[in-house]
Amino acid sequence: MTARMDNKFATLKAEGRPALVTYFMGGDPDYETSLQIMKALPEAGADVIELGAPFSDPMADGPAIQLAGQRSLKNGHSLKKTLDMARDFRQSDDTTPIVIMGYYNPIYIYGVERFLDDALEAGIDGLIIVDLPAEMDDELCIPARKRDINFIRLTTPTTDEKRLPKVLTNTSGFVYYVSMTGITGSALPDPSKIAGAVERIKKSTDLPICVGFGVKTAEHARLIGASADGVVVGTAIVNQVATSLDKQDRATADTVQSVATFVRGLATGVRSARLVAAE
Amino acid sequence: MNETPKPNSFRSGPDEDGRFGIFGGRFVAETLMPLILDLQAEWEKAKTDPEFQAELQYLNTHYTGRPSPLYFAERLTAELGGAKIYFKRDELNHTGSHKINNCLGQILLAKRMGKTRIIAETGAGQHGVASATVAARFGLPCVVYMGATDVERQAPNVFRMKLLGAEVRPVTSGHGTLKDAMNEALRDWVTNVDDTYYLIGTAAGPHPYPELVREFQSVIGKETKEQMMAAEGRLPDMLVAAVGGGSNAIGLFHPFLDDDSVQIVGVEAGGKGLDGEEHCASLTAGSPGVLHGNRTYLLQDGDGQIKEGHSISAGLDYPGIGPEHSWLKDVGRVEYVPIMDDEALAAFQMLTRTEGIIPALEPSHALAEVIKRAPKMGKDQIIVMNLCGRGDKDIFTVGKILGMGL
Repeated sequence: MTARMDNKFATLKAEGRPALVTYFMGGDPDYETSLQIMKALPEAGADVIELGAPFSDPMADGPAIQLAGQRSLKNGHSLKKTLDMARDFRQSDDTTPIVIMGYYNPIYIYGVERFLDDALEAGIDGLIIVDLPAEMDDELCIPARKRDINFIRLTTPTTDEKRLPKVLTNTSGFVYYVSMTGITGSALPDPSKIAGAVERIKKSTDLPICVGFGVKTAEHARLIGASADGVVVGTAIVNQVATSLDKQDRATADTVQSVATFVRGLATGVRSARLVAAE
Repeated sequence: MNETPKPNSFRSGPDEDGRFGIFGGRFVAETLMPLILDLQAEWEKAKTDPEFQAELQYLNTHYTGRPSPLYFAERLTAELGGAKIYFKRDELNHTGSHKINNCLGQILLAKRMGKTRIIAETGAGQHGVASATVAARFGLPCVVYMGATDVERQAPNVFRMKLLGAEVRPVTSGHGTLKDAMNEALRDWVTNVDDTYYLIGTAAGPHPYPELVREFQSVIGKETKEQMMAAEGRLPDMLVAAVGGGSNAIGLFHPFLDDDSVQIVGVEAGGKGLDGEEHCASLTAGSPGVLHGNRTYLLQDGDGQIKEGHSISAGLDYPGIGPEHSWLKDVGRVEYVPIMDDEALAAFQMLTRTEGIIPALEPSHALAEVIKRAPKMGKDQIIVMNLCGRGDKDIFTVGKILGMGL
């Protein structure tokens, strides 16, 4: 529901700090470990969870997320199990917003209406579907909005002033500003350019602006968080999982812990963002 | 599935959103959306610009060698004892296949748009070679993405591309095949948005690609119509073409779609049979889904994950199909049938010996269907088959299967 998302950003605004939005791949490397990671995220300081739904052909993602999706699918993960994971998570956490991030085909095959019913019931608050631009709003965005599920859109450096209003129409929850052209996991661009872009988007919307693509360290999180309402970290978290696995890509005793430790560091970065910015 | 209503014309698509019925569309990341809108705007201008059309026609004539002949295959016709068989000989084009028709059109668009770098994906390497060729002709750097598995299997084409000055980047992500090469090309495009033109090789992808590739390939069907009128004074009774992504087929079919008397057959790669996993018959054995920018028939599992295709012909080895073919199937205008690897191989050998033409394995699939149908048709009936590529590239594959080391 949109309420969890709106409440979260209202609380953060009152606290005067940006959100830490963390992406991880559902089912990587297996269901149980992945669920433990999901539960560990809010404890480590994540404010919003992006739950990655694996797809065989992730055209907008870099190698790290593609490999994570392959590991997940190989172990029998599916869109249905992605929803199961959210449902299991909601047993112990009813406040952290969950956004499913993925590609359209698995949802299309699941059936749009059935998927939205099940997503709402599983406690999903929003969707980021990479290959559904504003031109395709009738497919999923409008049906999702009718159920009070947020449809969060990516805006990019190629989204110019003329196009921005079209992209923002029907967007809700927050706006995800992709800080560069390219795929997930590339290098971080100049923070001052990002601040300018955030200001530009803010002129057209009251929604929170979260910035992602290329954020890898607590220092990055701090720099981006100085101007944005939220910082999105994905590939760096997926890499924490990948490097903790054994040679057969199985989870080890370190897997959940290494993600938690890393996210804790990011949380510190985000929490110091405005303090430094105010100096 | 929704019942697709019969249209007044089968040639009016796509609509302004790039849809053919429920198929087609623009399913791309926001980063690419402004780029494909730019491409669409430029394409709208180019298609009615006499200068653009004149330049393309000049190149088609003097660089490619168009019009390609419409050849009456007398010995094959006698051998099969039924309908008269004509071949539209696009295998005689410069670079050896129909792919050059599309590449010339698109590179002229790239030039108009001021793009300075060309990227392309390739499976067997035919489109890669054609892209590298036009890039050399226009002096633009060219990067070709090719699945690592295909780089190994298609060494002669890899060398050709390198000779032509292109950089061939082997793709190891996913399963290292054509669809992964396409993913990688899209990733390159999303990263290099300012200077790069993505030269898609088939009539698929986000709008306006399916339309513009079709238009550039329709020269095949337009010539066929004129040549057939000159040779026989009437339209053919049947058209047959192989479909992988479907660009040679849509190029032959499109000008004939509203000619009711012409029966149209598209031939898919049935691989080792539709019962197992090793085929590429997305129309016969797949279901509608969304991949690579468009909704179309795909080979996929129950969770919407895309499967790998298999075919003896690397050029048909793609788990999707151009969206217009999906629509033509659903409205019933075109019939799509599978042909197995061994049937294609037999047809390949038959044509070589009866007509002295070594066809590529892709049109060998179309030929296998012709071999099935022609004997059942009357001697006064006419089939035109698109002989869209020559078999030089395939002799190594065929040699291996026939147990002859080369």
